[in-house]
Amino acid sequence: MSEFLTYLVNGLAVGCGIALIASGLVAIHRVTGVVNFAQGTFAVIAGLSASWLLGAGLPHGAAELAAVLIAAAAGLLTGLVAIGRRGTAPQSSLIITLGVAVLAYAVEIVAWGDQPRSFPGLPGSVTLPGGAEIQRHHLLVVAATAATFVLLTLFFERTYPGKALSACASNPYAARVIGIDVTRMGLLAFLLGGLLGGLAGVLVTPLRPISFDTDVLLMVNGFAAAVFGALRRPGLALAGALLLGVAETLAAGYGYAAYQTEIALGFMLVVMVVQASRRATIHEEAV
Amino acid sequence: MIETRDLVVRHGSATALDQVSLSVRRGEMVALLGPNGAGKSTLADTLSGILSPAAGTVRIGGRLAHVPEGRQLFPDLTVQDNLLLGGWRSGERDTAFVYELFPALAQARRRRAGVLSGGQQQMVAVGRALMSRPDALVVDELSLGLAPNVTRDLAGHIVRLNAERGLTVLLIEQNARLAFGMCERAYVLEAGRVVAQGPCAELAGDPRVVRAYLGGAIGGGTRS
Ligand SMILES: Nc1ncnc2c1ncn2[C@@H]1O[C@H](COP(=O)(O)OP(=O)(O)O)[C@@H](O)[C@H]1O
Ligand SMILES: [Mg+2]
Repeated sequence: MSEFLTYLVNGLAVGCGIALIASGLVAIHRVTGVVNFAQGTFAVIAGLSASWLLGAGLPHGAAELAAVLIAAAAGLLTGLVAIGRRGTAPQSSLIITLGVAVLAYAVEIVAWGDQPRSFPGLPGSVTLPGGAEIQRHHLLVVAATAATFVLLTLFFERTYPGKALSACASNPYAARVIGIDVTRMGLLAFLLGGLLGGLAGVLVTPLRPISFDTDVLLMVNGFAAAVFGALRRPGLALAGALLLGVAETLAAGYGYAAYQTEIALGFMLVVMVVQASRRATIHEEAV
Repeated sequence: MIETRDLVVRHGSATALDQVSLSVRRGEMVALLGPNGAGKSTLADTLSGILSPAAGTVRIGGRLAHVPEGRQLFPDLTVQDNLLLGGWRSGERDTAFVYELFPALAQARRRRAGVLSGGQQQMVAVGRALMSRPDALVVDELSLGLAPNVTRDLAGHIVRLNAERGLTVLLIEQNARLAFGMCERAYVLEAGRVVAQGPCAELAGDPRVVRAYLGGAIGGGTRS
């Protein structure tokens, strides 16, 4: 039982990492209509940067913060390439983000090598009454994710700038009619996406070492969760991510570690098929 | 208030507007008629700055708001949020005057704009434009897809805004009868060119205008 509890909390922490990736996907898609395939890349960049900066002697806190800012810059840069040219269709931008993700491999290998890197997270653990032991870092991941989702939901649904950002994807033409600079808002969304991806990276890397090509795993999981929220509902994406994280960790804990990606892919496929049969959510909202 | 001179606008290599010159004076309400594909919406988009001219000039003497063809609301946002976003440029955040103008919207303020009737959606579109506190309004196909009595009601509102608040209006319409009933003066656009202009009373007597716009054979001038 205590073993199960430990797996459960581990799973929730892993799910939170997935949820943070998904939140960036949702933020960018909600504003630009673009599915950003470089979202996992932002996390990788932040994870590798943090490990490098810590190695260079920067203290904890400062290194992670700097890493998140580097990821945010990467997000803005990706946005400039993907949507900077006025009138680029979201489908074309999607392909560009794929290109960015592949190009980033080269940059990352040159900058940080091709070996996995990690760094210690928050040290120590707490013991629950039932005897289950939970690492402090897992609690930090859960708390940071909860805060991020509350803030993100409030921002998009309650604030004026958040509504203006949502309006851009809802009807880009109408947004321009009322004077919103849709391209600039899209760049803002990519910056936010980079920030969220970076946060995911610095929180997840201590749980599981990261290397230049970890973005695929992160992206598959994050995309599956984001699709669960129809790529625009942060709350549903969070639920999907937690489900995925727990399922994968339980599978790994009971000896099926090799099937983690398959679980995510299967989950994503089922969700997409169900949604496609209900109505063409993804297509309708991506166009 | 609104003036274009020898305006040329292209979509890619296709010329949608070819040397269009027109003007609307402050406080005036002027109609722009023309069949599908004539370039009317292209002109509206150019006036509101969404499209840029390839040649010629556009001069706007104040703040211009645009009620686009087909309403173009944010369907998943509430009526209230749609209106609020209309104040993006002006900073206006008080929607009370819109609900006074269109009391029918007051009960719908928390509903998603996408589920409203066509007439109510058009009210939201006009209200959203008014939230920018404009001096001039370009209304693109007010009557599109609306029942005659709904159109009459909305037209009445536009006429009052013009008469009582001095709002300058450029009214883009395919329904010439409606436009002639509301405006003093009109332009007729065909295939990107102004082919007729003058007081509505005169145009209503022009055999070509009668044949194309008042005889029921509307939309015959579509080009590819
Ligand atoms: N975004 C666009 N891209 C290419 N061609 C366009 C675009 N919008 C309009 N057109 C073309 O420009 C011409 C004028 O269209 P439009 O201004 O919508 O006419 P109207 O509003 O009078 O029906 C048409 O031939 C139309 O096919
Ligand atoms: Mg039109």
